[in-house]
Amino acid sequence: MRCEEIFARLGDYIDKELDPHICSEIEEHIKDCEPCVAFINTLRKTVELFKGAGTEEEKIPKPVSSNLMQFLKEQIDSAAD
Amino acid sequence: MEKASGRTFSKPNEESKKEDAVLIELIKKGDFTAFERLVHKYESRIYNHCLKFLNSQEDAEDILQETFLQVHRSLESFRGDSAFSTWLFKIATNGCLMRIRKKKKVDLVSIDKPIDFDGSLLQREIVDWSKNPSLMHGNDEIRHVLDKIISQLPEDKRFVLILKDVEGFSNMEISHILGMTVAAVKSRLHRARLIMRDALTKYFDGTLEPARIGKDENEM
Repeated sequence: MRCEEIFARLGDYIDKELDPHICSEIEEHIKDCEPCVAFINTLRKTVELFKGAGTEEEKIPKPVSSNLMQFLKEQIDSAAD
Repeated sequence: MEKASGRTFSKPNEESKKEDAVLIELIKKGDFTAFERLVHKYESRIYNHCLKFLNSQEDAEDILQETFLQVHRSLESFRGDSAFSTWLFKIATNGCLMRIRKKKKVDLVSIDKPIDFDGSLLQREIVDWSKNPSLMHGNDEIRHVLDKIISQLPEDKRFVLILKDVEGFSNMEISHILGMTVAAVKSRLHRARLIMRDALTKYFDGTLEPARIGKDENEM
């Protein structure tokens, strides 16, 4: 397997959604390919960082929440009239 | 916001699905308190979801309101074939897409073309920055860099990336939410991650300063 072929499959490889046979081929290739190892490490780290960025999601601001409920009550009440 | 093992809860667990089902049945019988509970359960997730796509508090608040109003109006037709949260995110995501199209007049469907793997991103001299000491969790500058890079991603890739890596939906669920094939989801996700990696590589080798991110539209 060539570097370019691995490059096209890295998404599935990182998400562990790749056929085990192809996965083995990739792992065999990267034993002797430092650029691929570096690329995979940095791509995996990119995904980790982005996933980490979503772990401290902010709570909705209170005024936005209040406006939402007021809007919904008004709309639902007016539809019921 | 629900939490599991210290992470923001993304995928609905069985308990959450059951809770939704009970609330939905009550809402269908006219119980407004049940609707309020359902809204409060998801409002933060949906607001942040819209904010990430639209980069505007005003637009995010508009779509948030429209989303839950549509939920209330359409709940009678919700059959439960998919999880309520998937259905909810589909409504919110469609709302975001409509708003972006309206504001930017961007035809997102036209972007649906084969991804060009011409090798331009695959340089032979690759620096492994994955163990850089500055990558400690909670680094404010890294967070700022990530936010800026994400906000500059083309919409079609940003939508897929956020749904997959932040919200935790499967490729199949994303294909349902965005109305595209799983293959299209995968190719956009892969391309988005490559763009993110490339930008981070430039940041770590000093050719991309945080202050410059977003000032040059050609960076992406």
